[in-house]
Amino acid sequence: MKWRYFKQAVFFTVVRLSALVISLTLLGILAYIFFNGYRAITWDFLTLPPTDSMTRGWIMPAIVGTFYLTIGAISVALPLGIVSATYLSEYAKQGPFIRIIRIGVNCLAGVPSVVFGLFGLGFFVVFLKFGSSILAGSLTLGILILPTIIGASEEALKGVPQTFREASLALGVSKWQTIYRIVLPSALPGIMTGSILGIGRAAGETAPIMFTAAAFFTAILPKSIFDEVMALPYHIYVLATAGTYIEQTRPLQYGTVLVLVALVLGIDLIAIVIRSAMRRKKRW
Amino acid sequence: MVKVGKNFIINTNDVNFFYGSFRALTEITMGFEKNRVTALIGPSGCGKSTFLRLLNRMNDLIDGTRVEGEVLFEGKNIYATDVDPVEIRRRIGMVFQKPNPFPKSILNNVTFAPKLSGITKKSDLDSLVEQSLRQAVLWDEVKDILNRSAMTLSGGQQQRLCIARALAMKPDVILMDEPTSALDPISTAKIEELIDELKKRYTIIIVTHNMQQAARVSQKTAFFHLGTLVEYGDTREIFTNPREARTKDYITGRYG
Ligand SMILES: Nc1ncnc2c1ncn2[C@@H]1O[C@H](COP(=O)(O)OP(=O)(O)OP(=O)(O)O)[C@@H](O)[C@H]1O
Ligand SMILES: [Mg+2]
Repeated sequence: MKWRYFKQAVFFTVVRLSALVISLTLLGILAYIFFNGYRAITWDFLTLPPTDSMTRGWIMPAIVGTFYLTIGAISVALPLGIVSATYLSEYAKQGPFIRIIRIGVNCLAGVPSVVFGLFGLGFFVVFLKFGSSILAGSLTLGILILPTIIGASEEALKGVPQTFREASLALGVSKWQTIYRIVLPSALPGIMTGSILGIGRAAGETAPIMFTAAAFFTAILPKSIFDEVMALPYHIYVLATAGTYIEQTRPLQYGTVLVLVALVLGIDLIAIVIRSAMRRKKRW
Repeated sequence: MVKVGKNFIINTNDVNFFYGSFRALTEITMGFEKNRVTALIGPSGCGKSTFLRLLNRMNDLIDGTRVEGEVLFEGKNIYATDVDPVEIRRRIGMVFQKPNPFPKSILNNVTFAPKLSGITKKSDLDSLVEQSLRQAVLWDEVKDILNRSAMTLSGGQQQRLCIARALAMKPDVILMDEPTSALDPISTAKIEELIDELKKRYTIIIVTHNMQQAARVSQKTAFFHLGTLVEYGDTREIFTNPREARTKDYITGRYG
């Protein structure tokens, strides 16, 4: 009897400790970045381009570049992902063929991001002659987050009660109209949450844009989707490894990291807020 | 064999139904009379829902099912290759066991399907909404809250809304699968009155586990057992003087 309670106590302690370690690690990283980086954050830092070989670098072009790349990636991946997921879970006859496609999508999610970068370089930059550009970078990031969006959308579609589909079809509404008018709107909150998490991922990746979109330095802002841009993750990489004055730029590196982390966490936060708001609204 | 009488709107001829290799219905031959309420009764799992869903091709949605024989709607086989199931479901509506309104406003629940079928004029839609809700005896309760979410209605109101939604498509036949089993006695009574009223314009086929309900609302009753049609006739006959022992056992409650 006592032995059982003892085992239970040990087990709970282990679980609590693991949770604690994880939270502390996360908090530790965030605190470290914050205390090293917050001094660099000034209005000029956020709104002006870098100068003096980046030693007095400011990061406005990188923020703008990351913004464009992320918007580009999501406008590629969201429609494509929703359409794919709709096909996979609503139309396709479940069978070996579909199972293979699903496995393929899951594998795509596990491919290292640098491989996407190389693919983007070979296909978009060189073969399609987009050059290193917002377009090539957005497409590459789009493919990178596609599995996330397909997964989230499929999950959301599965969550729509079968009774909704039946109710609509029984009224003599066609299958396509049923999906378009009933199923997809009901699945939208879930799709959005998954997609926003995908946006966070796209904003933070370095490897896929290194060869496809990111510029070492541009003082001017991009004028078209065929221009190169600076981007926050790549800028951090440059400051920390490839600049001329790596030591002097240390505070700026932390500042940039802080901005990037704040951006990604902010996006995740939006996702969480949307999800809980939509959850409260739906009642089935 | 095929008796497509003037007053039969649906006939089934030697219908077998399979879920994969499992045979759920065996050689069902029967006809449904126009403007009558026909009750389908029988023990759980005997194939009542399967049979009902077969009449408007809702079973098409389940993978691996197969129909043999023919189901004639106004003399035409609805399983013929040139028949569009969407068109069939427009003319043969359905109400489910659990109320299943869309997560939309009361108004949009009713107008959803008519809009998609091409009715766009606001005045037409408005009168359709009032007419359908009145027929479903729900109008007085919801006329001031048409824009509220249907999910906020009570179960009984939701079920009447689902009936109104089906009526708005102006079908010829309405299939009901245990429409009151999730409802309290008062809502049940309302829906039974409603069914009685509706038979003036529609043909109604209703599955029920409630013997009193079958006796109260229907003119014809069919007793199913293990996927076969055991007995079919006038409701009064079936309940007072059944020919088959199995029917008698079931309606007197001696059956498990
Ligand atoms: N989707 C399905 N796949 C396989 N078998 C099914 C499926 N639906 C029903 N069945 C089987 O078919 C038979 C008839 O089922 P059905 O739902 O038509 O019975 P029912 O008479 O409506 O029962 P109840 O009164 O409990 O609703 C049962 O043996 C059931 O297990
Ligand atoms: Mg049933």
